[in-house]
Amino acid sequence: MDSHTLAAQTAETGHIEHGADHPPFLRHHFENVPQQREAATFGMWLFLLTEIMFFGGLFCSYLIFRNWYYPAFVAGSHTLHIWAGTLNTTLLIVSSFTMAMGVHAAETRMRKALMGWIIATLILGCGFLCVKAYEWHDEWVEHHVPGLNFSPEGFLHGTKDYPDDKLPLDMAEKTQVYFSLYFAMTGMHALHMVIGVSLLTILLIQVYGGKYVNGHVAPIENFGLYWHFVDIVWIFLFPLLYLISRHQ
Amino acid sequence: MHFISPVLWQFLIKWLTHFAIFPPEASSIAPYADALYFFLVLISAVGLGAVGFLVFYFSIRYRKDLNPEATQIEGSTLLEATWTIIPLILFMICFVWGALLYFRIYSPPTNAMNIYVVGKQWMWKVEHPGGQHEINALHIPINRPIQITLISQDVFHSFSIPAFRVKREAIPGRYNTEWFEATQVGTYHLFCTQYCGTLHSQMIGEVVAMTPEDYEAWAAGSTSGNSLAQNGERLFASLGCNSCHNSGPNAHGPNLGKIYGSHLQLKDGSFTTVDDAFLRDTILNPTMHEVAGYAPIMPTYQGQVSEEGLIDLVEYIRQLDSQYRIEQTIDNSAAQPIQTGATPPGTSAPVLAPGTVKQ
Amino acid sequence: MSTILTLPDQATARLPKVSYLNKEYGLKSWLLTGDHKRIAMLYLISITFFFFIGAAMAALIRMELLTPPSDLLAADTYNKVFTAHGIIMVFFFLVPSVPATIGNFCIPIMVGAKDLAFPKINLLSWYLYIAAGIMMICVLTFGGVDTGWTFTTPLSTHYLNTNVVSAGLAVFLAGFSSIFTGLNFIVTIHRMRAPGMTWFRLPLFVWSHYAASLLMILGTPVLAITLVLVVLERTIGIGVFDPTKGGDPLLFQHLFWFYSHPAVYIMILPGMGVISEVISTFSRKRVFGYTAVAFSSVAIAVFGFFVWAHHMFVMGISNYSALVFSLLTMLVAVPSAIKIFNWSATLYKGSITFETPMLYAFGFLGLFTIGGLTGVFLGSLGMDIHLTETYFIVAHFHFVMVGGMLMAYLSGVHFWWPKMTGRMYPEGISKLAAVITFVGFVLTFFPQFILGYLGMPRRYAAYPPEFQVLNVFSSAGASVLGVGYLLPLLYLTWSLKYGKIAGPNPWQATGLEWQIQSPPLTENFAETPIVTHEAYDYEWLESRKGSEVPTVG
Repeated sequence: MDSHTLAAQTAETGHIEHGADHPPFLRHHFENVPQQREAATFGMWLFLLTEIMFFGGLFCSYLIFRNWYYPAFVAGSHTLHIWAGTLNTTLLIVSSFTMAMGVHAAETRMRKALMGWIIATLILGCGFLCVKAYEWHDEWVEHHVPGLNFSPEGFLHGTKDYPDDKLPLDMAEKTQVYFSLYFAMTGMHALHMVIGVSLLTILLIQVYGGKYVNGHVAPIENFGLYWHFVDIVWIFLFPLLYLISRHQ
Repeated sequence: MHFISPVLWQFLIKWLTHFAIFPPEASSIAPYADALYFFLVLISAVGLGAVGFLVFYFSIRYRKDLNPEATQIEGSTLLEATWTIIPLILFMICFVWGALLYFRIYSPPTNAMNIYVVGKQWMWKVEHPGGQHEINALHIPINRPIQITLISQDVFHSFSIPAFRVKREAIPGRYNTEWFEATQVGTYHLFCTQYCGTLHSQMIGEVVAMTPEDYEAWAAGSTSGNSLAQNGERLFASLGCNSCHNSGPNAHGPNLGKIYGSHLQLKDGSFTTVDDAFLRDTILNPTMHEVAGYAPIMPTYQGQVSEEGLIDLVEYIRQLDSQYRIEQTIDNSAAQPIQTGATPPGTSAPVLAPGTVKQ
Repeated sequence: MSTILTLPDQATARLPKVSYLNKEYGLKSWLLTGDHKRIAMLYLISITFFFFIGAAMAALIRMELLTPPSDLLAADTYNKVFTAHGIIMVFFFLVPSVPATIGNFCIPIMVGAKDLAFPKINLLSWYLYIAAGIMMICVLTFGGVDTGWTFTTPLSTHYLNTNVVSAGLAVFLAGFSSIFTGLNFIVTIHRMRAPGMTWFRLPLFVWSHYAASLLMILGTPVLAITLVLVVLERTIGIGVFDPTKGGDPLLFQHLFWFYSHPAVYIMILPGMGVISEVISTFSRKRVFGYTAVAFSSVAIAVFGFFVWAHHMFVMGISNYSALVFSLLTMLVAVPSAIKIFNWSATLYKGSITFETPMLYAFGFLGLFTIGGLTGVFLGSLGMDIHLTETYFIVAHFHFVMVGGMLMAYLSGVHFWWPKMTGRMYPEGISKLAAVITFVGFVLTFFPQFILGYLGMPRRYAAYPPEFQVLNVFSSAGASVLGVGYLLPLLYLTWSLKYGKIAGPNPWQATGLEWQIQSPPLTENFAETPIVTHEAYDYEWLESRKGSEVPTVG
């Protein structure tokens, strides 16, 4: 290998010796800050890829069963509260905005602003979980929880808003599959929200202690990526579960 | 290979089975499966021989004592292309041959005799169309294609007869089929090969292949008196199916005469062939197979009919050559309750017809 | 273009004063370490432990199968034993075996880095593995589980009264351990390479781990969600797989095999990496057709994702999807064939010596060839009908997993043992162990091919008496095989104290890991290496012989 390509390589992978001015947050096994930051971000993207495959199994099941049991999926979808879904979507989109502003605040090293945005994100995230809990409670009351208290009764006679939702018994039973997937999908999503809120609380405490406003923003950035990912999963869940059959 | 020289083939098979390292070859398909097997063994031997030769020859020829200096070689595109393409061609041959065999094994001839098998933990329940019921045994005539329609009433099972080289899984909720034509009289193993719980290894039985005359004698001697279709007819009446599926001018349901094997247009415009699986699923999930031209009013019979009852119904509908039989049924059931306690429609007697499930 | 490399005289070798092993002392320094080499050692110990538990289960299985009736073990015990054997060997031994031990130890050094990209996640991965392992041990202690390692629904969800939920969660945790390992490897290989270490200068070991890591991060989450659904179905009764509620048990099969077929490539690819290193080193020659071997790893990973339904040919999938999956299965066999021939050709005009790792590698070549070719039997649709779910399947995957992967693992452990511990294993007895393992293996598993064609179903506690002779052969072989596995455990432990000092490069291998002291420093390299040579460049190695190795501490 000639020296020219070696130099090009060195520039590309960023292995340039910086001498002794290593900031304290640079882990010993990285050569320099950009390498550490790139590695962390790349790792986060890979993890999100893993998460996509995780939810992918559920989305795949959803598509298959929706194709099979179309009327049951339509009727099941009609029982959800669209206002709750819309409210939750709004909450999450706004929380993504506040999280993005938080990352910006971290990058511009503004501790107070960062804490403010994190707290806002936390509140919005908890708000989402509360609305979701309300919906689940409502579905419990309606006997829509498969395995625990499911009853197809509500789908046999049509509802006030959807008088045409009169399913024959065999199809009404299939709404169990819809609700199985509904609870699995929203449950897994809510679990990710709970993990997100917990991590965010830890980050908040660390920011309070003065971390992440000294140029070491990778944890905040990567958490932001995670938060946006959870948001995007909901952006897929909302139309699939609530909207797609609204006018059928 | 057996079609090239039947004599040599017989010699080979006799020799192999003599040492108990080869299963008996007792179905019409077995020689085809074995031919592919020998071919695969052959290419494996050649492949292993090639690798073995290279490794041993090079190890001896280029060991350090003889060749203290290694000569560095990049590689050779030509050689690599060779050992990419030759295996690829061989594997493609295996693919095509295997696919042909697969279609041969899983495409039953139209004149096959249909036998129903229900798997449950841990037994095989066999239902012959003539009304012979067996558990963990299957009596069949030789030289006649037999189609097995399989279903499980609990977990996955697998219906395997090694001597016939056939196997198929019995799956809860759907019919699978396999077929074979026994060629030699004998008793062969019947295994469940899909792990199905504690007594999986006890879910075995025997297949008795008999001459057609012996089979006739056996069938006459072990019938329960009613054929499956007769049971189905009774069930058909007791479930009230004929109140809609009659050929009357105002019938609510399709005419079932000669429906088996026909092409039916569904409400969404698609066509489907009426087979066992379709009939069974329509009884349980009528909403998923709405037939064009009829209102979707058929109720589900999920939970009301056992797997055996469904088999009776399917076999009954399968044998309906015309609507005439159904009209007869209406007359019969209205006139006289049939002997084994089937409930005619309209009465509220608590006696359950055979094949129904107590709820 | 020819090279003479002679193995160094180890009489003058001394153990370095400071190494990763003696930099810190105490249990805490091990349990809270971020050092990839120490984590690799932790993994090595725990994996060995689980291997011998799994092996004990295998011993029970073979003892039970000595006689036709289920006399030694009752049917339900037998089912628990083979389930434990399967789950432990697959999820607690084979999946982490080479990657988490040898890969963990070598990959950062091979790419010229000081550590993996995320040392804490690496440690977390070990803790997840241990948590999962403890859970699995608890499952076994408190009644066991008898689903088979495949967790087939509806058997696992509705028809068993054993610890299915905790076993499922244990596998779930072990899965996350493997996801984190894979993620760490990919980031390290992408971002942490030393200056001059281009992709095509990476050792093939790194390439094969890269391919396996892709499978780990893309396949394992699908298994995770599948197990979550199984657990939910069993605990609260949702109906995704339950046919009585409208679910589809075949969907479970699709989702499960979507992971579990790629999983066999997760298991075998790292082993192939080991074989590339070993064969090149002991024939003192670069691997024939480096690019082809590297890309065949990636091809296996890519094709490996699209063949899962070949596990379902007899389950009633449509004929046309069976055709497609059979065709793809044939295609995935081709890259493996390329590798085998390239390794054989590597020997051509080499200068071959026969140290223990090389013997194991030869064993791998033979047994993996048989394992791979019998895979073609099973990929061939019509043949699969007769062979699937019989002992033919059992023999096939043991040839690949044990004959292939375990041989590769033992080859790798012997090969890198001097680097990991600074000491040599005893050569004579280890060669004997390699031969015993090979003979025992063939005797154990070859009769099972014949049993399979005869039709003996797998997972049977009792079998018809005419199968007994071959089963006795198999059990006899298993006891030989057991000796073959116990020997390395004994002499490798012995060598920790009494083995000869190895010196930095006992094999005269070219990888970066051999250019530093053994055992290495905690930081691996005294200064960041600058790579100017290709992988397996023995001329470069020869040219620098005599000159002082700058990075030895």
